[in-house]
Order: sequence, then structure tokens, then C-alpha cells
Amino acid sequence: MNIHEYQAKDILKSYGVSIQEGVVVDDNSKTEEAVKALQQKTGTDWVVVKAQIHAGGRGKGGGVKLAKSMDEAKQRVNDILGMQLITPQTGPEGKKVNKVLIAQDVYYPGNSEPKEYYMSVLLDRGLGKNVIIYTTEGGMDIEEVAEMHPEKIHKEWIDPATGLQPFQARKIAFNLGLSGQAMKEMVSFVTALYKAYENTDSSLFEINPVLKTSDDKIIAVDAKVNLDDNALYRHKNLAELRDESEEDPTEVEAKKHNLNYVKLDGNVGCMVNGAGLAMATMDIIKLSGGDPANFLDVGGTANAETVEAGFRIILQDPNVKAILINIFGGIVRCDRVAQGVVDAYKNIGDVRVPIIVRLQGTNAEEAKKIIDDSGLEVHSAILLQEAADAVKAVLS
Amino acid sequence: MSVLVNKNSRIIVQGFTGSEGTFHAGQMIEYGTNVVGGVTPGKGGQEHLGKPVFNTVEEAVKSTGADVSIIFVPPAFAADAIMEAADAGIKVIVCITEGIPTRDMIQVKNYLADRDCRLIGPNCPGVMTAGEAKVGIMPGFIFKPGRIGIVSKSGTLTYEAVDQITKAGLGQSTAIGIGGDPIIGTSTKEAVELLMNDPETDGIIMIGEIGGSMEADAARWIKENGTKPVVGFIAGETAPKGRRMGHAGAIVGGKDDTAAAKKAIMRDCGIYVVDSPAQIGKKMAEVLSTSSK
Repeated sequence: MNIHEYQAKDILKSYGVSIQEGVVVDDNSKTEEAVKALQQKTGTDWVVVKAQIHAGGRGKGGGVKLAKSMDEAKQRVNDILGMQLITPQTGPEGKKVNKVLIAQDVYYPGNSEPKEYYMSVLLDRGLGKNVIIYTTEGGMDIEEVAEMHPEKIHKEWIDPATGLQPFQARKIAFNLGLSGQAMKEMVSFVTALYKAYENTDSSLFEINPVLKTSDDKIIAVDAKVNLDDNALYRHKNLAELRDESEEDPTEVEAKKHNLNYVKLDGNVGCMVNGAGLAMATMDIIKLSGGDPANFLDVGGTANAETVEAGFRIILQDPNVKAILINIFGGIVRCDRVAQGVVDAYKNIGDVRVPIIVRLQGTNAEEAKKIIDDSGLEVHSAILLQEAADAVKAVLS
Repeated sequence: MSVLVNKNSRIIVQGFTGSEGTFHAGQMIEYGTNVVGGVTPGKGGQEHLGKPVFNTVEEAVKSTGADVSIIFVPPAFAADAIMEAADAGIKVIVCITEGIPTRDMIQVKNYLADRDCRLIGPNCPGVMTAGEAKVGIMPGFIFKPGRIGIVSKSGTLTYEAVDQITKAGLGQSTAIGIGGDPIIGTSTKEAVELLMNDPETDGIIMIGEIGGSMEADAARWIKENGTKPVVGFIAGETAPKGRRMGHAGAIVGGKDDTAAAKKAIMRDCGIYVVDSPAQIGKKMAEVLSTSSK
């Protein structure tokens, strides 16, 4: 599960990680109060207005702006709040900004130059261990750094039995070229950051940039946090951070029916049992000359109810020109699924696209007969290749 | 011979009396699998499905000589169940449970590192040796004893491959569902290696999906050590970057874990890669008939 920057920073702060302070607002009438509160708390003169959406590259799309006065702050909030923000990660349609974070300016002048670093904590899948990845090249896209300067990327693996050790935190600080007070600050920063990552069951903490301020403080200026969905049952407070307005409304509805749905841009909808077979079915659609309109896994218990819910969700997408249902009935009986398809079709009443139903496994022949005898405009298939050929035929 | 499980395996079911455990243990027994008992803490001494129930895996091992365990306990307790099985000396632990937190699996992986046992899964359909032992949730009727081994991350896609192999007039030695989570006990490479060393397996089907580097690792191993034909498929050519496709581990993170990148590496390593999942069985039959000429 993704969360917003301001939520991620709240988590970090609660574990003792120093952050760029800020106040979140969803209405420009609250800007003045927020700026004053922030100035009082931090002594900041200027403020930064940051769009809160679930996508990176916000600065590039004009979603992060500096304001040097109250009037300017209000102007910036006015500009950003409600805008359709387009970044390299949002796709061409962009994302609507419902909240902005008014944050302190942390690049103030002082005894030393401010310096940006990059740090993330994530799972190394191959080793089955968490790893801290860090580099002196902060503020840049990490994939670019990996491409241009792979030698500048450092990794520190954490032993699951002992956790992060002090020597590792020191090593990170020294490898980043820090000394004196800044080095000590970085050791505390890394230690608290790892604790926050582990205790929240996160799958990614990405802090870019980590900033050394001109007075040698180490703070998180931005934070991207992904929480492990499988662990949310033991973090009720974190589960509540879900912002459904950031998700596709159809995906939210699918979740309510326990369907695993991801919206895509194609013209052939699909409904499948099992994630692997669902991806394989999307691939079949492509090979048959179409483009998948979605990923939809109805899970291990495909029944009349889930089939109808799946149908309704797919049909909400106006781009869908055909639907392929692909169920491999192991435990599930195909004849029941077939009856479910027929019933759902009749219940919905207004199905205007051709349907191809491929049912294989337990009672596949009976299932095909139910479909064929239904008198509906549904093509039935048993072999996967037959289904692929049927998709090709209806598209041409 | 086959691998991991056979007719002589002595199998216990953890989470035996729960609804999932009851249903699938029943199916396993019906298939002829040698289930010798089960474990449900607090229900020791009872009988379930005609088999003894034990409070702990240790007790179950002592009284039945069990060497294989299959786990159906809910996600919050599954990591504990795996470690209990390992501690009791179980050699092959098959964990079906979906939804175990990653942090728990990091602990499990570390716990198992210096113990003499093999974990299959979690979040997998289990292991099945055709005609001998069904240790999982795969539908038994699609299998036919034969000499093709199958390794796959996915459940229903494994069934698809099994079914195609049967329909192609071949049959299966052992099908291993390794699971779709980011951390699993047995990698694609390890499962392929087991089948490569199995004298009763003539060809291997390797099915993967987007995310991670396991298929590439397996492919490189096959290039160096392969002695049998391998037919491969990677699901998710059409999956968008950064979106999780059902399985917790099925997410494209960079340019090396896309379906296209994996397939290219596999082809380079001499694997017969099919682009269409409908061609898996046909391709294996083709490859075997050419190589035997």
C-alpha cells in the first residue's frame, strides 16, 4: 500500500527520524494559519508548497514550489491545490491534487553548504534480507545514478538475526563523507530510519533527498513509503492511511468484492482464476491482436457472485470491445462457473460485447454444453488455443 | 524415483482440522497420498479423517515417523508453523498459505538456513508426483504419470501446463509449485536442479512471471549444467511497470525483471521459450521428438 509524503513523514517522526516539518492543508483558507504555525515552530521564513499525490517526479510537473512571502504562499497553494498534476509517473492524464504540504525551507544558508544524499531501505529478494541502499548523489533519480555512476551506490545488508548494528550505521555515515556533528546525526538518522522500516512492516522506505543542512542537521526532505499489504492486519493505524481517492475507482470497487483488479488501457477485458494464469491470459490477448483492458484474478473460489461482480466491473470500461473469461477449474467446478456466467449475463441484461468463455478442468464438457445451450452470444472454448483463436475472430 | 515426494513419503498436515486443511487433506487421501496424521494445537488425541491429530509437530514426528509436512494455517501463524516443522526434523515442508508478511518470511529464511530441510512455498499450490503423492491443492485428475517435470510460481498456470502435457500424450514425474511471494523457500533454480538430477525426468517445463531474478538465475545454471531439454514461459509480457499483478512478488521493478528481459536471457541459455502459454505442451512434445531422433 502506498501512502502520502506527509503520512510517511509522520511515521518517520514518530520513530525519531528528523524530518522537514510541514503542515498539510486541503483548502487555501487554511494556508495563513498553517504558514504562521510552521514559522512559529521552526523559525522558517520561506515555505515550500508540495502537492500530495501518490507519484514521484512532482517537482518536474510543477507540483513543488517555493514561496517567499505569505501572499506568495497563498498564490502557490491556489495554483497547486486542485490541479491535474502530470509527472513522469502519473501517465498523461495526471492526478488531481487534493492536499498540499506546506513545509519549512530547509536549504537556508549557514556555516556549511547544504548537501543532498539518497537513502532507501528495501528487501533484497534474492538474499531474503533487508538492504540499505545509499549514495552521495542525492536528489536525482536513483535509476539514473545506477546507470551513470554504479560505483557511487553503496549497499548495507542487515542480518535478520541481529538487526542493524552501530558499526553499519557508522560505515554509512563515513561512506557519505560526513564527519563531526553531521556524522553523529547521520548515525542516529540511519538507526531510527531502519527501526521505523522494520516496525511498520514496510516493503520500501525511500528518502530522496536526505539533507545535511548548513548547520549540520540530517533530515528527510521527502519520503516514499510502501507498506506490506500482508502485514496490515497487525497495523490497524497504518491501514487507515489508505487514500482511496488516489486509486482507480473501479479498483476500489473490485477490492470490495475481493477481486484483484488492475485497470489497463486495452480493448479486451479478461476474468481469470489465479494471478499467473491471469497474466498469461493478458499475454494471449496481445498475441491474438488485442490489448488487455485489465488484470482480474477472481481467486480460488470462482462462483456466480464473483463472476457477476467481475462482469460489471469490466463492463464499466468503455474501451472494452470483448471479454475473455478463462477459468481452470481444479477445485472449482466448471459447470457451476458456466451457470454463473449465464446467470450474470442475464442479470446484467445489456451486454453489448462478445464474450468468450474458456472453461477447463472439472466438468469442462458439461460447462461447454451449458454455455452453448444458453442461446446467448457467448463463445465457448475448452483449450487455451481455442480461446485465443476465438479472441482473434471476434476482433477481426 | 521422482523428486521431493513419492508413495513412501510420510505426510502430516498442519492446520489439519481447519476448513482448508480438512478439505485438501481429504482430497490428498482420496488421491492415495500417504497422509499419516495432522497437527492442530489443542486437539491432540482426537482423530480426524481417520488419522491421528497431534498437538505439536514433534509429537507427530515421534509417533508417525513423518518426513513431509503440508501447512494450511492462516497467514498470521504460518511462519511459526514452518519453523515448528523444521525444528521437529521434517525434511520437506510445503506451505500453501497465502499472505504471510515479508518480515516473518525473512525470519523463517534465516531460521531455516542452517537446518537440514527444504521449504516449498509459501503461497504455492504444493508438490505433486503423478500417481504417487499429492501434497498440495493441485487437481489430481489432470495428472498422468510420465517423465516431464514442472516448475512454476503460479497455481492455475501450473495446472494449465500439466493439462497440456497430459493432452500432448506425455505425462508428469513431479510438478513443483514454488510460490509467488517475494521470499520463498525453494528457488526456480533449485527446483530445476532437483528435476535435472532425477533419472525419471526427461524434460522440464519452467514457468515464471515478472519480478525478481529467479528465472534468469535458473537459466544461467541450465546453460552450464543442463542435460535435458527445458521449455520455458514467462507470464506478464503485457503487465505495466510498478503495478503488483496479484502475487505479492509479481511486480516489475526495473528493466531486468520484465517478461521480455527474462525470456531473452532464457533463450540465450538454450531454453525453448514459448510466447504463448497455449503452446507449452505442444512445444515439449516437439522438442522431445526432435531430440530423440
